[in-house]
Amino acid sequence: MKSLEELKAIRDKMKNQVGIRSEEENTTRVVVGMATCGIAAGARPVLTAFSDLVQENGLSNVTVTQTGCIGLCMYEPIVEVYEPGKEKVTYVKMTAEKAEEVVNLHLKGGNVVTKYVIDK
Amino acid sequence: MMTELSLNILDIVENSVKAGAALTEITVSAQTAKNLLEIIIKDNGCGMSEEQVKSVIDPFYTTRTTRKVGLGVPFFKESAELAGGSFFIESKLSVGTTVRATYELDNIDRMPMGDLTATIHTLVTMHEEKDFLFTYKVNENEFVLDTRQLREILGDISFKEYEVSNYIKDYLKENISSVTGEIII
Repeated sequence: MKSLEELKAIRDKMKNQVGIRSEEENTTRVVVGMATCGIAAGARPVLTAFSDLVQENGLSNVTVTQTGCIGLCMYEPIVEVYEPGKEKVTYVKMTAEKAEEVVNLHLKGGNVVTKYVIDK
Repeated sequence: MMTELSLNILDIVENSVKAGAALTEITVSAQTAKNLLEIIIKDNGCGMSEEQVKSVIDPFYTTRTTRKVGLGVPFFKESAELAGGSFFIESKLSVGTTVRATYELDNIDRMPMGDLTATIHTLVTMHEEKDFLFTYKVNENEFVLDTRQLREILGDISFKEYEVSNYIKDYLKENISSVTGEIII
């Protein structure tokens, strides 16, 4: 069973590492809609998938955050990707599996996964 | 309708966060002898007026402007009332809000708790500036996670750091599963 002692060990280990944080203006933001509509449609595993995959892939220039309802409830779960200097990309009807594709192809590969993008 | 009670919890606590609560207390307690499952969410957010409290259980009331319906509280209320339980909400302006839902533990229409670890982990890591006190009780077993305690240990290390986030997830998962035992929640 995990105890708080273990957390202290993690802290001590991390204290010796200097965190590499990218500059604000170079940061890509992944924003997951987490209002009632999003949650009911399955946004929680989508958010978890993005957070885990971004961490696992060491994408230090990507932050994963959440937002409320943007008024397109029928397309939830919705994920918006804001890349510096580029137009916002809105992915709709997302799942954890689709999130993996977006991480690999878009966030890592630089190619928007157009099949999940909603037309403006 | 939410397919897991843990999703209702996530949704309702998001309201607390939006209400500016510095601390939200989430209590999930199951007692087999009483055939009772109880979920209490208590926050110290901005609270609501008497009129607002009456309106939040109405699906056609919402504070948001992007759409005209607000289903969070009605969903939560319905989940309890469909399962032989009760629903209660109390609020005071600038003091906070308490929401309490009860369920018959063995009611066939009671939604399963689902992934409680994912709900608490999401709240804790996504709202680092907020504090959460999560208490999980099943009969005589109890587990408590207090983010103030985690913060005290971690100092300025973020909950979002890979190792910390994973630790919190495993810590929750192991303790929740150990407290749950063989009981179906």
